Amino acid sequence: MQKLLNRIAVSVRKSPVIWAIGVLLLAWLAGRARQNPVLFAQFLVDGIRLGFVYALVALGYTMVYGIVRLINFAHGDVFMIGAFAAFFATTRYHWSFVPAMVLAMVVCAFLSVVIERIAYKPLRDAPRISALITAVGMSFFLEYFTALNFVFTPNFIVFAPQPLQFKSWNVLGVTVSNIMFVIIAVGTICLVALYYLVYRTKLGKAMRAVAWDKPTARLMGIDVDLVITFTFALGAALAGVGGMLYVVAYPQIRTFLGVMPGLKSFIAAVFGGIGSIPGAFIGALTIGMVETLAAGYLSSTLRDTIVFSILIIVLLLRPTGLFGEAAKEKA
Amino acid sequence: MQKPRFRILGQSWRFWAMVLLVFLVAQWIVMPRMSDFRKTAWIMFPCIMAILCLGLNLIFGFNGQFSLGQWGFYAIGAYASAIITYRFGARVSLPVEGITLQLPDLIQKIIPVAEMELFHFDAGKAGLLLLATLAGGLLAALISAGFGYVVLLRLGSDYFGIATLGFTIIVQNLLNNSDKVIPETKGARGMIGIPPLTSFFWVFIFLILAIVVLRNLLHSSTGRAIVSVREDEVAAQAMGIDVLKYKVLSFVLGSFFAGIAGALYAHLYAFLSPQYFGSEKSFDPLIIIVLGGLGNMSGTVIATFVWAITLEGMRIWLPMGFEAYRFVIYPIALVLLMLFRPQGIMGRVELGFLRATKWPRRAGTAVPAAPDVGTETAA
Repeated sequence: MQKLLNRIAVSVRKSPVIWAIGVLLLAWLAGRARQNPVLFAQFLVDGIRLGFVYALVALGYTMVYGIVRLINFAHGDVFMIGAFAAFFATTRYHWSFVPAMVLAMVVCAFLSVVIERIAYKPLRDAPRISALITAVGMSFFLEYFTALNFVFTPNFIVFAPQPLQFKSWNVLGVTVSNIMFVIIAVGTICLVALYYLVYRTKLGKAMRAVAWDKPTARLMGIDVDLVITFTFALGAALAGVGGMLYVVAYPQIRTFLGVMPGLKSFIAAVFGGIGSIPGAFIGALTIGMVETLAAGYLSSTLRDTIVFSILIIVLLLRPTGLFGEAAKEKA
Repeated sequence: MQKPRFRILGQSWRFWAMVLLVFLVAQWIVMPRMSDFRKTAWIMFPCIMAILCLGLNLIFGFNGQFSLGQWGFYAIGAYASAIITYRFGARVSLPVEGITLQLPDLIQKIIPVAEMELFHFDAGKAGLLLLATLAGGLLAALISAGFGYVVLLRLGSDYFGIATLGFTIIVQNLLNNSDKVIPETKGARGMIGIPPLTSFFWVFIFLILAIVVLRNLLHSSTGRAIVSVREDEVAAQAMGIDVLKYKVLSFVLGSFFAGIAGALYAHLYAFLSPQYFGSEKSFDPLIIIVLGGLGNMSGTVIATFVWAITLEGMRIWLPMGFEAYRFVIYPIALVLLMLFRPQGIMGRVELGFLRATKWPRRAGTAVPAAPDVGTETAA
């Protein structure tokens, strides 16, 4: 505690202007909250809902980047495929919520493994930019192939009937829906499971070892390729869950659905320090919160500007993100 | 002692004669045989794209700074110049009466026009376009200088790429809302009423200028400093090279090219939409320079033409009702090309005058090497 306070004091002395701006912003936010606490609470609730979805996608980005140093641009489209898998399972085959979610996870994991085998694995020794271009290529392919008429069609599709009966309650003026609880519950379960997997199992240890030092991990008898494939599958499964939850919360599907949430989750991962699991979670919650607050209080059309400006400012102040240094163990 | 020779921008008269020949062949023999769609999509647009990609190649290929912001500077140049010509385009006019030649039948087999109009243009409009293009380029350069100085100081590699991607998205978002400040842009609805001033002449001139300027820059001591920053920052610093200065320099010059390309683009289709300047398309220049080969000028130009001609050509070549497949074929081709030739189409092979200088064998003597090489004194 003493250490933390000391560090904050040093940082305040070093850059007083930034701290002053930060404090002013918080004060302004508190002022707005006092004016209309119900509205503020509503924004917070919505922000948490959005943040949990972003967190599920951001984890995939952060794990893959941590292991192979690749910005996996196809991840946002895997998220979209997860949404479609859940959509077809519920509307066409009338599956209930949990089986549909498992299906989305399996489909996404399988797809991601295929993509990794085809497009990334042969380029592991090539310059990093080649793999980045194939990632962009796979992203385009998923978007435009699924937009063909005989696949999913390029139109918006309304997600109805929903796998969950929509219910909402009014708690002290704040509207809370059962979907929000489901998102938070599922998100928390996934995060806890992931945390257990990465930090408490042998496989997780292997993942951290590969992220730390690939040649040495190989010398220690770890099957590096298998671990990388598994990481892709794990991240994609989480993205599948995220995709399903996203379209349950915002019930409109399109094949370009994954672009903007994918980008936002990616910057959430960068925000929290790419390569760090707790960082991705905190970053995603922050980005979700900032986005809803900015849209609510400042300007709904300029919210992307605000979110990305904050990203650039944070990167300038802490070039490795919020938890970039603290997280020595990249998973 | 070297004989004084005719040189413009460090190039011999042979080079400029060649350029003139290429221009004339394209203008009078190739272009009149093409439909308007092909003229714009296959010749003029790729020239503009090549300027943009040469700029990005300077930033990423030669200086090693992974940037996704080129598309944002392209948008800035396009909108800045479009606003200028939108305001003054209708008022400025200074027609120059040229000469009209009747072509005999024999020549009409080669040049398929009955009357050839020479020097028949509007000097006022041309001046306005030139001014607007330079203004667009300068605004992009100014913004990139501010942004680049702040961001390049702290961030490198992937983080710089992310920050510049953020910049592109911010620019698009601001353009979507720009009608509140500048009503002419009409925000998200797209800007119409821009005079269509871009012609093949302008596009060609600017492309040649961009290539020559970039070539001369890269074959000078400044260029070697820029490349050394890519190769090893620490070693470059140890040799007394101001790393930040050269990073900012190449970023600003690359963005200047982007602004010029944007200005030419704005007056090509006479329509601008923030949709076009979105983040998805911002990967196009990156894809092109990687396809052509990073740090390879001739590769960039060739790859731009190949990319644009195949992508637009598939609209025509694919059977009716299958046009949507072009964006399915394109990524597959992209992935295959990357898998089998990760160094790009051209790899490290430069063509013609873009090749690296051959140093004279006996550097100690005052006698210059073969006089016909002519590149060792460049810029």
